[in-house]
Amino acid sequence: MTEIERHDFDVVIIGAGGAGLRAAIESRASGLRTAIICKSLFGKAHTVMAEGGIAASMGNVNSNDNWQVHFRDTMRGGKFQNHWRMAELHAKEAPDRVWELETYGALFDRTPDGKISQRNFGGHEYPRLAHVGDRTGLELIRTLQQKIVSLQQEDFKESGDYESRIKVFAELTVTEILKTDDKVSGVLGYWRENGKFVMFQAPAVVLATGGIGKSFKVTSNSWEGTGDGHALALKAGGNLMHMEFVQFHPTGMVWPPSVKGILVTESVRGDGGVLQNSEGKRFMFNYIPAIFKDKYADTEAEADGWYENPDSNRRPPELLPRDEVARAINSEVKAGRGSPHGGVFLDVSTRLKPEVIKKRLPSMWHQFKELADVDITQQSMEVGPTCHYVMGGVQVDPDTGAAIGVTGLFAAGEVAGGMHGSNRLGGNSLSDLLVFGRRAGVGASAYVKSLSTKPKVNETDLEKALNSALAPFNGNSGENPYTVHQDLQQVMNDLVGIIRDGNEMREAITKLEGLKKRARNVTVQGERQFNPGWHLSLDLENMLLVSESIAKSALVREESRGGHTRNDFPTMDKNWRPKHVITSWNGSSVDTKIESIPPMPKELAGLFEEEELGKYLLPEELVQLGMGA
Amino acid sequence: MGYLAKLRVWRGNKERGELVNYNVEVSEGEVLLDVIHRLQATDSPDLAVRWNCKAGKCGSCSAEINGKPSLMCMTRMNTFNEEDEVTVTPLRAFPVIKDLVTDVSFNYIKARQVPAFKGPANLKLGEYRMQQVDVERSQEFRKCIECFLCQDVCHVVRDHEENKESFAGPRFFIRLAELDMHPLDELDRKREAQESHGLGMCNITKCCTEVCPEHIKITDNAIIPMKERVVDTKYDPLVWLGKTITRRK
Repeated sequence: MTEIERHDFDVVIIGAGGAGLRAAIESRASGLRTAIICKSLFGKAHTVMAEGGIAASMGNVNSNDNWQVHFRDTMRGGKFQNHWRMAELHAKEAPDRVWELETYGALFDRTPDGKISQRNFGGHEYPRLAHVGDRTGLELIRTLQQKIVSLQQEDFKESGDYESRIKVFAELTVTEILKTDDKVSGVLGYWRENGKFVMFQAPAVVLATGGIGKSFKVTSNSWEGTGDGHALALKAGGNLMHMEFVQFHPTGMVWPPSVKGILVTESVRGDGGVLQNSEGKRFMFNYIPAIFKDKYADTEAEADGWYENPDSNRRPPELLPRDEVARAINSEVKAGRGSPHGGVFLDVSTRLKPEVIKKRLPSMWHQFKELADVDITQQSMEVGPTCHYVMGGVQVDPDTGAAIGVTGLFAAGEVAGGMHGSNRLGGNSLSDLLVFGRRAGVGASAYVKSLSTKPKVNETDLEKALNSALAPFNGNSGENPYTVHQDLQQVMNDLVGIIRDGNEMREAITKLEGLKKRARNVTVQGERQFNPGWHLSLDLENMLLVSESIAKSALVREESRGGHTRNDFPTMDKNWRPKHVITSWNGSSVDTKIESIPPMPKELAGLFEEEELGKYLLPEELVQLGMGA
Repeated sequence: MGYLAKLRVWRGNKERGELVNYNVEVSEGEVLLDVIHRLQATDSPDLAVRWNCKAGKCGSCSAEINGKPSLMCMTRMNTFNEEDEVTVTPLRAFPVIKDLVTDVSFNYIKARQVPAFKGPANLKLGEYRMQQVDVERSQEFRKCIECFLCQDVCHVVRDHEENKESFAGPRFFIRLAELDMHPLDELDRKREAQESHGLGMCNITKCCTEVCPEHIKITDNAIIPMKERVVDTKYDPLVWLGKTITRRK
């Protein structure tokens, strides 16, 4: 058998973004030996790209804010498809998770009275996002990274070894979760640097692997967003839920081609940016859906008034939830009112002074200046939708993050499903990482402590996993994995993208079968030492599993809701709201089924007006809540 | 619009390596990292390169471009003449792993040696109060994306491997300055910088500031003020007198 490096840990965390690091802090706090595994260098995870802020109802800027309002906004944003329990925990715990970061050394922007400043964002009723200019993700990742280092320093003082409790394995990719007697017993991975295999024996594994954007052609995600955790969970016997809900962020860069998809933060709109078509018209006024009519301004005068006086004006429609804005941009471009490079115009230059723009949106200014030669203090930006986030993910127990169906497996952050329903609000991602990262850390630790013996990795399974990781070196089609990847991205973009259709999705599912065959036979050149071609061919398998889950789930849901829009079923249908599409893996392909979750308890439902609930819930559901007589 | 760029890319590993010539297609608006990716997707799938965000935010794709430490994702191809050769080599101050990928663990070891933020113990969650003007000084240094270009260019370690033991480098001087200027940090960072991290070895050539992709004024705003304050506390006659008197007890 190939030589293999072996480690023994209590908890293995896959992913070193916000969720993974927050989970690690918690599992080490319970006294458990914790491994953090990341595909990139420590501190480079995709969390770094988050710009706008962390949503938490601290009420520092508007004291009317509280967890109940945040909960309501989250459920509305997700069109009531969210797992209500996750949305509840998230809204309640987010403020403490943000304040905790200050004790780790984070330096957020401040209010005049010295508290953490909070900014407006799409779908949030009050200014709610704690931020650092437009580089909040960097602050979050660096703060957590430095907290991990500080814990290692404490351990060093005690034991003389920095890594006695937490060890970071950087540039290491996990290929498989190993199970013994139906329980998680460890993982297999390889060092990117030298291609050598590493086995971690551990009774608990926390998935914190982030998103799936690399399955799509235009995306804001980096190379890491290949849905590894989604695929690992499926292959280990877990379920994915809500995979049809994919968020296309309305504002990605569209030019030059090499940066197409890179994010333009929503803060641009929160701070006064307006969207215009080629006729110079603020088109968002034409796209306010009925369910949001009473919450958004219908004249430019009222919208403009909101920035100064939010209590007596309704908010501008540029700040509608992301799915609404993305579809509106898509329609404008299709109607021939787009910008020269196929987007629309986003302008802050006429509304804010250059020095204010540079202060509030420094990295946007920098990004456009250096990558597109556009000075956003003088000119409009050209923007269009980009695949940004997957609402769907591993089906988990809301309180502990335990994956349904796989004992010992946990998931938190983007890889977990349910929290955001059919559409995520901006700013709710970073708070999700912190709230559920911590909870998964607690959940995994409690599970490990409840065991009398730790399951041992089975050597035969290990060898099997190892052989499948080496399989790409035996491919003989002569095809390069990059070609298959490009074709996959094209299929997903064209056939399962922002606007969907039953026939197109059926065509996509057929094409995905063909791509699966091609992916199995790609030829990898060179050795195992730092070989991106080999890495990609392993990632491809994950992207294909995720893509199949998305396409099949999207075909099942015959309505339009949030991040799932169908030409052939263009409206939201109340009958579909209680239905959750679940996918699992049968060994060769993905199966779908429909499940329900426990209904929202009365005390949470009571936070909404009956009239609003009536827009989403069926009459019989209202009756169960003692309403709608 | 497209043309064939003449690229010279360093290929090899820790034992040996050489510059290899490639002609790679370039399209309008592309950056060097796009061209390196095209090379990978067409001619050399096993070409090793680190990258993540492609937007100058993660600091992964550091390399030396025509000898200058830079981010490949922020280097636009139209800054070169089409007929000129573009040479891409790995960061010189760190050991090569393969091709453009270097072993940057030096930086992670140094990071561990800087004592972490120590805030006031008597404040509960949500009770921190700081003014914007006071946090801004440290916020400048917290823009750092850890690309390690400053560490690479700094001649104290670039040409003197033996200094790595006692010299933390510009990235960690701004970390120390950030903590020193943090309104609520309670540790003495100046003495620490001088005595444990080799601040005195820096002779202010400002190369670090020049290569910083975040335009952090490393020398002017972090290193020089730290050096001045070290001098103040170490050689101030009043401080000296105070210390001498206390010691006499």
